[in-house]
This record gives sequence, structure tokens and C-alpha cells, in this order.
Amino acid sequence: MYMGIKEGLLALLADGPRHGYQLKLDLEAATGDAVTINVGQVYTTLHRLERDGLVEDGGNDTEGRAVYRITKHGVATVREWVSKPEDLAAAGRDEISIKVLLALFSPGLDPNQVIETQRRATMGLLQDFTQLRARDNDADLAWQLHLDRLMYSAEAELKWLDRVEERLKSAKPSAPAGKTRAVRPAGERVI
Amino acid sequence: MTEPILKLRRVGKTHGRGAQRVDALVDIDLDVAAGEFVAITGRSGSGKTTLLNIAGALDEPTTGNVWVEGNDLGDLSNNELARIRRVSVGYVFQQFNLLPALTAAENVALPLELDGMEVKEARAYANLSLEEVGLGGMGDRYPDQLSGGEQQRVAIARGLVGPRTLLLADEPTGALDETTGESILKLLRDRCELGASALMVTHEPAFAAWADRVVRLRDGQIEEISVRSTVPSTTADIYS
Repeated sequence: MYMGIKEGLLALLADGPRHGYQLKLDLEAATGDAVTINVGQVYTTLHRLERDGLVEDGGNDTEGRAVYRITKHGVATVREWVSKPEDLAAAGRDEISIKVLLALFSPGLDPNQVIETQRRATMGLLQDFTQLRARDNDADLAWQLHLDRLMYSAEAELKWLDRVEERLKSAKPSAPAGKTRAVRPAGERVI
Repeated sequence: MTEPILKLRRVGKTHGRGAQRVDALVDIDLDVAAGEFVAITGRSGSGKTTLLNIAGALDEPTTGNVWVEGNDLGDLSNNELARIRRVSVGYVFQQFNLLPALTAAENVALPLELDGMEVKEARAYANLSLEEVGLGGMGDRYPDQLSGGEQQRVAIARGLVGPRTLLLADEPTGALDETTGESILKLLRDRCELGASALMVTHEPAFAAWADRVVRLRDGQIEEISVRSTVPSTTADIYS
């Protein structure tokens, strides 16, 4: 589940009242399809937002669909969300980082293997993004910016993997700070 | 299967002797087919540039063989090698090496004129090549009237001028901003789609990603990293 659905819906409603299905389509379009949700999720979220006083009943449209309107409290919430920086420290807790770091300290796990496998996958993905961006050069701005974002992330990951490999070459990993490394008989493999 | 434009077999390169001996390249096998764009990545000092120089007949391997368009470079006379360097291979290197007394167009046309092409025809190719790198209409300027990035693009235009079959590029986007750099990579791709082959050395993953195949040099040996897939048609393909 995408973390920003609540805020995404509020941001769209700040632009004008909408019914649930329209919100789904607009959210997907506005994020270059980075966010895909089903209508059920949209309505569940809207009910929660209504309960919390962030949106309210805006009557029905001409086709009888329930329309939602943002409240003052909702506008304030979306403003606060947009103005707040995101916590980038979370990037260091993603699965790839953890996998590589744990492999450093786990006998029987080869960090170079993890690096190599991930590098292949990420480079393949970066090739895909690069092709898409070259092809969709005239596509809408949201999609292009979204692709840029994906490409920069993949690039950063590849550079980090190179860096890890470089450091591994010149340094023997030590036990994690503050922890005592489990003593194993030589040659025993965990995996 | 058609013969690759560039073929390396068991290519090795050793610098120095005895205790100082360094194996820069060890038993490299590499094929670059017509229409294929291959990127070589790796840390600095991994032998990337040495490999490129050997592929372009600018340096000789200690062991192994190199074929360009089916010609074993080891069997060719100096004159024949010089002709391959002038006619078949296009070089785009980090140093611009533009001649300051010649205009941009004259610099770009020079390799073709040296090869005996009529001046008029060579200039026409030069102008075409300058247009490809986004410098159309600037052919009359001298190198000192151009910015660093523009000079680099003139050097690229010179490297790619005329109907070359093998394009060798060593960090071709060094002094260029990101957008201009991408236009150069796109140019290499376009040339490959027209049938040329390209081998590019880069330490930038984002540039390597433009290639059909990405290989990596490590400890003088080559490993395949990634082969470009067909373009994903929808975003669902990316997120799946």
C-alpha cells in the first residue's frame, strides 16, 4: 500500500470536489502511474478522511455518484504534508541495504554475490527506464519526472554497490559495533 | 551468423616485467555485432581504456587477436592499419585535440580529406556531423570561439564523421551537461540503429544504460552485467 494515498486524495480534492472513481483516475495520472489503486481503496480512505473531518459530503453529481469535498482542516493537513521534508534516513533501511550489510557479517553469506546479483538487476532496470524515457520524450510531465526519479534512484544504487565492492576489497569487515560476533568453528557454513 | 564488426579473442595486455608486471587485460573475448552498442564499465584502472585502444588499433595486445570487419589487425601492414583507423573506426576521446588554426568544420572534415575525399564532399559530411551534435551553423567558428562543451561536441562530430562502421568512445560526455550528454548518447544509439557498432567506456551507470549490453571489467577480466530488453510497453511492466 502506497503511503501517500491519503495525502494524494486530499491534494486532488483541494483542487475541487470529485467522486471516488475520478479520484482514482486523477491520482494515477498525476503521479505518472507511480500510484495504482483500486476504487475500493479510494472509498475506504475517503471514509476514514470523512471520519477525521478532513473531507465532507459534497452531494451527488448528475449521475448520482457521491462527491467529496475537502474541509479547511483537510486543506491545512495537505499543506503541512507538502511543506514537510521526507525522512531520507529511511533510504538506508531498504531491503537491499540491509541484505548487503547483513551479508558482511554473516559467515557463509557472500556480500559480493549479493552485490553482483543486485547490480545486474538494477542495471537492467536502468536500461529499461532509459529506453522508456528516450521513447516517451514527448509524454506528459508527470510521467517524465517520475521516470527521472526512478533513473536517479537506480543510478545511486549502482554507485553505492560499486562503492561497497571497492571498500570490501581494501577492508576486512569487523564485527558490528557494540556486538560480539558469534564464534563458529572454522569452515562451518550457515547457508 | 554474420561476422561481428569487432571481435576480440583471448586478448591480454601486460604492462611491465618481473615484480612490476601488471596484467591489465586477461583473456578477453568480446564480440560487437553490426548495429550493437556495448558499454564497458569498471573502476578507474580496470583496463577499460586499454581495451578500447586495442579494439581501435591504437595499441597492440600482448596476446590474442583482434578483428575489425573481419580483418585480423595482427596481419595488417602499418598502411592497412592506418587506413582502418582513418576510415572504419571513429574515435571519440576525452581529449579534444582540435587544431586551433582550423575552423570547426575544417577540423571535422580533416580525417576524410586526409583519406583523399574531395574537399567539397568532406565538408558536406562535416556539416552533417556538426548538425548531429547540435552545432549546425557553427562550422565557421574556431576552437577558441567555442565553449569547452562545444569543443567536445566538435571532437565528437569529427570522431563520427562519414560512414564509419565502428565507433569507439572513451567517456564521451565528460565535459557536457546532462542534457547535452544524453543527446550524444542518443546519437551513438541512432548510429547503431543505422547499422554501425559502438563500444563505449564509461564509469557512469546512467550512460552505460544507453547501451544494448553492459559489460564490466574487473581484475582485467570481463563480465556481462546486463542485456537490454525490449522496451517495456506499460508501466505495469516496470512495477511487476
